[in-house]
Amino acid sequence: MATKELVRMENVWVYNDGIPVLEDINLSIESKDFLGIIGPNGGGKTTLLKVILGLIKPDRGRVTVLGMPPERGRKYIGYISQFNLFDHDFPISVLEVVLMGRYNKSGLFHRYREEDREAAITALKTVDMLGYKDRQVGRLSGGEQQRVFIARALVTNPRLLLLDEPTASIDPNMQAEFYELLDRLKEDMAIVLVSHDISAVSIYVSEIACLNHQLFYHGSKEVSAEELEKAYHCPIQLIAHGTVPHRVLREH
Amino acid sequence: MLDALQYQFMQNALLAGLLAAIACGIVGVYVVVKKIVFISGGIAHASFGGIGLGYLLGINPVLGAMAFTIASSLGIGLVTRRTRLPEDTAIGILWAMGMALGIIFIGLAPGYAPDLFSYLFGNILTVPFFDLMLMLILDVVIIVLVALLYKEFLYLSFDEEFSTVSGVPTESLYLLLLCLVALTVVVLIRVVGIILVIALLTIPAALARQFTYSLKKMMLLAISAGVVFTFSGLWISYVLNLASGATIILVSGTVLFLSFGINKLRRRTRGDSHTASTA
Repeated sequence: MATKELVRMENVWVYNDGIPVLEDINLSIESKDFLGIIGPNGGGKTTLLKVILGLIKPDRGRVTVLGMPPERGRKYIGYISQFNLFDHDFPISVLEVVLMGRYNKSGLFHRYREEDREAAITALKTVDMLGYKDRQVGRLSGGEQQRVFIARALVTNPRLLLLDEPTASIDPNMQAEFYELLDRLKEDMAIVLVSHDISAVSIYVSEIACLNHQLFYHGSKEVSAEELEKAYHCPIQLIAHGTVPHRVLREH
Repeated sequence: MLDALQYQFMQNALLAGLLAAIACGIVGVYVVVKKIVFISGGIAHASFGGIGLGYLLGINPVLGAMAFTIASSLGIGLVTRRTRLPEDTAIGILWAMGMALGIIFIGLAPGYAPDLFSYLFGNILTVPFFDLMLMLILDVVIIVLVALLYKEFLYLSFDEEFSTVSGVPTESLYLLLLCLVALTVVVLIRVVGIILVIALLTIPAALARQFTYSLKKMMLLAISAGVVFTFSGLWISYVLNLASGATIILVSGTVLFLSFGINKLRRRTRGDSHTASTA
């Protein structure tokens, strides 16, 4: 199947209080991509995702999602935010959370139909959480909550999955499981994963970009130490390709 | 007490208590889970400007309060969403400005305002028939809107950002939710008064929250709690000859604190089985 351009950003600038958060971003995301974006905290990673979703309007430049403005194109995007910020006492069940993702298909005033419920059940099966569908979501562990939020993003069968700091609140031993899930999902959709933690952008991603107000896109996982330093302004762990994926700590 | 039930004013008072419990049970749940208690307090106090306007124009002050409160909740909502003024600052300003306007309006109104005190602290025993009908209509409006927009309000309260991405018109819904708070304030003014409204908006919902994690059940529980509070508060105030609004609030608050204590004890005695089930 030929690849298709899902997101195109051209010369995008975003300012916050007159200070540029994103500087002249050019980015193209295609239908088979699995892109990891790394960069320091405050480097504009979340802002970049919100621009793609149309939650933040760029001050300059152009963004399209499947050739449409982000507000219309975002229904093809599944979004997983830094979810650990939600109120853990909130009275909502796992199934209700996942059904949120189907809102686009039902809309204002409409009740959910059987097919919406089926889609939610299927998504919960995909992330192996069906047994928890009637639980209050705040009562689950961090890793389980995350899988519920992934199910919510999957329930519309998105073309693109955006994940913001997905490994921040799951145990290290759950991370391997999490990446295996993404590995299965990447067959069906493009994935963009954003993290400040370089080790999080693991062996599974196929392209890497560094973001610190400016975007340094590498196209492959071969990132030179100089490029990483430019993004982080400090010496940094180096990621390298090889027969065995490994990381090298640069001398400094 | 049973003798008292044959009096018209007592029957009206019970009806007023029921209508108040329905409004605050439904809307109070959103106020608590969406954490908009402070903004609701601001809307309630700003409604005093509407009471003053009612006196000045010579119309029913509750009608004045309704128009004024809806306008001020839209204003407060837009200011906090669209400007860079911090939300709590904006609320504090509007809170005081509404009350200040009320004082000025009442000062300008001819004559003197005899039942002003009952708008501030409520008097469930003197709710006029017209106001009862207004409360009934507002309750119906609240029930219909919440029934139609149940999932939208749930999503707005739980995760506004994701709701926006999924196509929920979050800003309009947020403003509508504030208008529902405004209507609830109007329903409650006659019962507990402007100053005490916030307690009935929060206590029944906070109590209900301890016993369920379904928003619907929380509303039903909060309504039941509200009915018990207003009826028992009314009865105690009647027997002991106390101010009704204040008695209702004190009864509610006392029960809430008792329930916190009981819940804590219950959790401690069930401690072992609870940790086992979550492991």
